[in-house]
Amino acid sequence: MAVVSRLNAQPKPTAVPAPMQISLRGVRKYFGASGFVAVDGVDIDIPQGQFFVIVGPSGCGKTTLLRMLAGLEGLSEGTMTINRTDPSRPENSMVFQGDSLFPWMTVFDNAAYGLRMRGVPETDVRESVQLWLERIGLWRFRDRFPSQLSGGMRQRVSIVRAFANDPEILLMDEPFSALDEQNKMVLHEELLRIWEASKKTVVFITHSVDEAVTLGDRIMVMTANPGREKAMIDVPFPRPRNVLELRHQPAYGDLVFNIWEQLREEVQRARANAEGDK
Amino acid sequence: MARRSSFRGADRFIGLLTPLVLLGIWEAAARTGLIDARFFPAPSSIVHQFGALIANGELGDNLMASLRRLALGMLVGGVPALFLGLAMGISRPLRAAIDPLISATYPIPKSAILPLVLLIFGLGEMSKVVMVALGAFYPILINTVMGVANIDKIYLDVGHNFRASRWQVFRTIALPGALPSIMAGIKLAMGMGLILIAISEMVAASDGIGYMIWNAWQVLTVDTMYVGLLVIALLGFIFSVILDEVERLLIPWKGNKA
Ligand SMILES: Nc1ncnc2c1ncn2[C@@H]1O[C@H](COP(=O)(O)OP(=O)(O)OP(=O)(O)O)[C@@H](O)[C@H]1O
Ligand SMILES: [Mg+2]
Repeated sequence: MAVVSRLNAQPKPTAVPAPMQISLRGVRKYFGASGFVAVDGVDIDIPQGQFFVIVGPSGCGKTTLLRMLAGLEGLSEGTMTINRTDPSRPENSMVFQGDSLFPWMTVFDNAAYGLRMRGVPETDVRESVQLWLERIGLWRFRDRFPSQLSGGMRQRVSIVRAFANDPEILLMDEPFSALDEQNKMVLHEELLRIWEASKKTVVFITHSVDEAVTLGDRIMVMTANPGREKAMIDVPFPRPRNVLELRHQPAYGDLVFNIWEQLREEVQRARANAEGDK
Repeated sequence: MARRSSFRGADRFIGLLTPLVLLGIWEAAARTGLIDARFFPAPSSIVHQFGALIANGELGDNLMASLRRLALGMLVGGVPALFLGLAMGISRPLRAAIDPLISATYPIPKSAILPLVLLIFGLGEMSKVVMVALGAFYPILINTVMGVANIDKIYLDVGHNFRASRWQVFRTIALPGALPSIMAGIKLAMGMGLILIAISEMVAASDGIGYMIWNAWQVLTVDTMYVGLLVIALLGFIFSVILDEVERLLIPWKGNKA
């Protein structure tokens, strides 16, 4: 029994707290005939404009959860409500885990994909794609194919592809996991800069606790399989954030330590599960 | 870019050099009587015969006859194979329905079907066109199906996430994603077509390069036989150069890493 509602904007009563953009209640996901439980009862409320981060051991169901949010995967149980604030914009765009740029399209065409699929006039497509590619420093590579880019550049193009589509919700699945530390740091700053300007709702998956604390407003730690909520942690640091300065603060270290402790138990449990399978 | 194309030029030059050296050795061997010139006439006498056959129009007529059959056959076999292959690649039920049929008939050597084709289509043009079409059909169909079916699922997810319609998914993902595999199929089909046109013209035609070779054997003009072989080899080479060029134009994202 699963219910998915994607609600259009209601006439807004004045002076009401920001509405929840995403609400999940008792969301479960089973796979296959064996009924393998990937996600086991998740309740989350994400307000409009929040940068929400999910961390958890490998295989705990993070991608599955994100794919359900994207509508790429159905729910097995529970309800999912997505409140639209502006039905003229697309509901969500995903930055996929791993390489997902079309190898047969140039940087420009990849970045323009979402806009073109929804029939935006070509002059507007051009304008918006140019803006985003310039913002992320790839405009002069617009005619290259993905095979002619570095891994970090490809990752930036897939982020632009999602941002340029101008969705209400950005779903990002470990977008930086394949990058080296320096590139990661630069992209964190870039992402914060463009997100702070757009104030989109973001659901962001990562393995890196540092990344979670640097970027997020709120962090959900998930349990090892089957995936549930283990802890929900607010990140108190004000915005705009400076990535380097942030990491210098004692409070930063404490928070990272705290989350690591929660996570370590689960990673160990995940390993124990894997041993049990042998 | 300039460096790359000069590399390509160098590759081609070396590719041409090897046969030239071999030809030189052959010429010398035939002239000195090291090999029997009745079976292996000197390249110079083959070239001479080549000129004569061009001059009297025989070669041109036979070449045109073969090329016409080849072109028609490639179209008649290739176009339906392409569309059926795309459809089968997209639709799992269609694939399930037709796959067994293809797997069962594919291994039959096409040359073994020639008598049946002659029986059904007679000795006219049609039988030769059908033979080429049969040869072109399978590799293009199979490669197209594989090309579409093997497209990485993540690209389809991207398409769905960006709300591409069925037609848009087809146009922006299935077709370009399958194109490299389709081109490989067309190349295989071209080679198959050459083999089959030669065989069927030998057995059942009164013109064409295959006929010319067969006839040369019957009247023992060995030079003409070699001219026929040479022409077929040249055709194969020219087609592959053309198809490589087409591939470079259609699939610019392959193999031009900066
Ligand atoms: N389509 C599917 N069919 C069957 N099982 C699946 C499917 N997709 C995911 N799973 C299983 O569900 C579990 C959760 O997978 P998921 O991809 O959500 O993990 P994850 O948290 O994203 O892991 P990682 O951090 O390694 O990306 C895994 O055990 C996986 O094997
Ligand atoms: Mg994942």
